Amino acid sequence: MDSSRDLAYPCRVPSLHALANPARFLAIARPLTPVLFWAGVALILFGGWAGLTQTPPDYLQKDSVRILYIHVPTAWLGMGGWSGIAISSLMFLVWRHPLAMIAARAIALPGVTFAALCLATGSIWGRPTWGTWWQWDGRLTSMLLLFFVYLGFIALVRAEDERAGFGGGGRIAALYGVAGSILLPIIRYSVVWWNTLHQGQSIGLTKSTIDPAILWPLWFTLSGFTLFFAAIVLMRMRTILARSKAEARLRRRAHHVEVTA
Amino acid sequence: MKAKHQRLTLAALAVAAVGGSSALALSALKDQAAFFYAPGDVKKDALPLGRAVRLGGMVAGGSLHRLADGVTMQFVVTDGIARVPVAFRGIAPDLFKENSGVVAEGKFNPDGSFTASNLLAKHDEKYMPPEMKGKMHETKTLVQ
Repeated sequence: MDSSRDLAYPCRVPSLHALANPARFLAIARPLTPVLFWAGVALILFGGWAGLTQTPPDYLQKDSVRILYIHVPTAWLGMGGWSGIAISSLMFLVWRHPLAMIAARAIALPGVTFAALCLATGSIWGRPTWGTWWQWDGRLTSMLLLFFVYLGFIALVRAEDERAGFGGGGRIAALYGVAGSILLPIIRYSVVWWNTLHQGQSIGLTKSTIDPAILWPLWFTLSGFTLFFAAIVLMRMRTILARSKAEARLRRRAHHVEVTA
Repeated sequence: MKAKHQRLTLAALAVAAVGGSSALALSALKDQAAFFYAPGDVKKDALPLGRAVRLGGMVAGGSLHRLADGVTMQFVVTDGIARVPVAFRGIAPDLFKENSGVVAEGKFNPDGSFTASNLLAKHDEKYMPPEMKGKMHETKTLVQ
């Protein structure tokens, strides 16, 4: 291996590798966590209050339309979470970025929680609107698959921990993380490709088919839940770092005892 | 070739392979994975007889009649290409009405009509306050 070129490598991609050092990551993550967390909570509370009291009901769905202020952010973060897992997994596989797999496993639990909330709120909305709790249409089925794929990822990470020690493995889970990303375009375009019970795309950056009078609190809950999600991920990453440090220390001590005994 | 580049090439190949194979699978699924038949599909292909299917489209304006028994209704489902008469006996969801989307579960009859055993209201992607109702809405996704 050409060592001189490897030494030059961190200079080419400074932003990624500046964070590769856990101490430097922690120095940024520690003060950032409460900022993201409380800003997220404030935005969620304001968006929730505005969505419940400050907007008109839909002409057809009446007040049940208000669940969209929760349903849309949970769907966005359920899918955004898996995008994060896929990107982190790729970075772990290709660049061996030391924090990448920690980020992926930190995202998995909030991601699966939001995917489940998305399915639950959608079901609650579907009963009065469509007249059914559940139907096997393209959008609903692909989102349910994503939920199961999350569970599979969590199980794989745990299995690798058991085999290689906490935080020791990660390659199989990372491969799975990359492969699972194929669900994301399927979920996104399911309502375009197929006849579905779920309505088509209604929210875009430039054009939405939701009237602005109903839409605006969504931007608050959407950004609020996203900051909240990021704060949870940072907390979990710090926990995982602390735990792997503690377990490494325990292993060293056990080894030391064995040698001296 | 450095090991890192080798891994990058392998990863890119793997992503391309997964993406390509799923694109193939999806294009093959295109018709099978549809949640319902549109009246135009039925006109174009043969009637899917002898099995439970779903029929989706708009309830044609002025076509909804309730029979004297109080629980049977008849209406026409259209997608702008073809029209299918539907008979349904039971309780329809609140949002079921004329000029609105519907997905009917049931069976086709040999004469081309449809007997529904369950109705689902299909909501479109438009959300608006009641005072804007005048700017009428259409389920564009269902009418080609």
